[in-house]
Amino acid sequence: MIGRDLLGIEDLDRHDIERILETAVHMQEVGLREVKRVPTLRGRTIINLFFESSTRTRTSFEIAGKRLSADVINFSAESSSLSKSESILDTARTLDAMAPDAVVVRHKVSGVPKRIADVLECPVINAGDGAHEHPTQALLDLLTVLEEKKRIDGLTVAIVGDILHSRVARSNIYGFTKLGAEVRVCGPPTLLPPGVETLGVKAYTSLREAIDGVDVVMALRIQTERLSGAYVPSVREYSASWGIDRAKLRFAKEDAIVMHPGPINRGVEISHDLADRRPSVILDQVRNGVALRMAVLYLLTGRPHHPKEAA
Amino acid sequence: MRTVQEHPPSASAPPGARAAGASGGSAQANGRIVLDDAAIRRALVRIAHEIVERNEQADRLYLVAIPNGGVPLARQLAENLKSIAGVELPVGVLDTTLYRDDLTRRGERPPLRKTEMPSAVDEKIVILVDDVANTGRTIRAAMDALMDFGRPRGVQVVALVDRGHRELPIRIDFVGKNIPTSQAERVVLQGRDGGLEPPLEVRVEGAAGGRGES
Repeated sequence: MIGRDLLGIEDLDRHDIERILETAVHMQEVGLREVKRVPTLRGRTIINLFFESSTRTRTSFEIAGKRLSADVINFSAESSSLSKSESILDTARTLDAMAPDAVVVRHKVSGVPKRIADVLECPVINAGDGAHEHPTQALLDLLTVLEEKKRIDGLTVAIVGDILHSRVARSNIYGFTKLGAEVRVCGPPTLLPPGVETLGVKAYTSLREAIDGVDVVMALRIQTERLSGAYVPSVREYSASWGIDRAKLRFAKEDAIVMHPGPINRGVEISHDLADRRPSVILDQVRNGVALRMAVLYLLTGRPHHPKEAA
Repeated sequence: MRTVQEHPPSASAPPGARAAGASGGSAQANGRIVLDDAAIRRALVRIAHEIVERNEQADRLYLVAIPNGGVPLARQLAENLKSIAGVELPVGVLDTTLYRDDLTRRGERPPLRKTEMPSAVDEKIVILVDDVANTGRTIRAAMDALMDFGRPRGVQVVALVDRGHRELPIRIDFVGKNIPTSQAERVVLQGRDGGLEPPLEVRVEGAAGGRGES
């Protein structure tokens, strides 16, 4: 059974994930209607609490909430009293006093959503914390693959790029392995976390070996500051060895799809011509993000609120 | 899967009861049959005639099933209307879950079902098709959902079974059979394998847990 919060895919079991995906499939239909709004969360309030800027994820949650008729309030670090050195937990308690029905949290430090969940009465949804997890991204990726391949079980997925710093990679590793896919991770040796095999994945430094025969190639965004010096010698070297283009993609299955959580560094993680067209499904991922977040908001706002222990 | 039409917010049934009932496939032998397959077919032929009698412009009709139980009934009605009036009618499926009036309560969320509306409803006479009508709350939700798809010229309602415990001012236009039941009983439409493939039958199952005493 899905818990009160959604903090990471690590906490979910296969049944939970399948239930969220199944709900999201039905939510997709709402997005195709002329009136893209259902009255389900009328009178409910959702707070987007973003300590780290993210236009895409915040907008996706905002649209998801609004399509369910919830009132969505955006609370970003820039506009808040956080700059006046109010602590994160004080901010959370203040928001809690306004009785929201769900709080969506993003923070650059791992574990902050959990700390906030510990003091709030309402469900907390992690929208990305440090290098820890980004559960709704992994769920929308699963939804997109399911839509394309009609199954997850038995597929082979290669995740390519900065595995070390990527919350998207972690969440997807948990998600895809829990649903029975084989997951490979690939990147420069400096960007592969030591012991990543303990998560049930195979690690590769050769892209060609990693994508040999795979059904899905998932490229990760690489922070440009990591592309000069300490981790990777240069952008050109990264792109030559780990950038996905049509020539390298020949080693994957003929019907393999290419994914990216966005925003893309064009010509670095994915070649220009591949970014906009099949077999890349990047815009499908964005579209599915709204339906997936509607599903999560629907399922979590039904849970009874229980007072939590003070942290 | 079978459908259990204990309509949502009636006081006796918490939202979870519907889901629990829907998965209880083992209690097959329970209850008494109130409509068998032949009776269901006869009722749907009669209802098709009544629909044609009441609606001169049969080509304006649009059948919209409320899942899951309404789906096989709407399909059968479409076939009957084709042979009676010679019209090929669109058959839509409209899940009412996101429009339920008990979602403001906290509790396990009911699973969603498929919605599939093949064409616009504007200027159509929509015939909502449900298997079991009771409180009227599902029909209320279905009408709200329908309006999000356009502006039909009119809406009429078919129910194979009407239990009659209305809690809202909702009228069922075409009824297969009125079946007086106690609120604690459940009325179930299902096929032989527990699904919704014909032959279908309607059973009344006993109160709480349906362990045979009714």
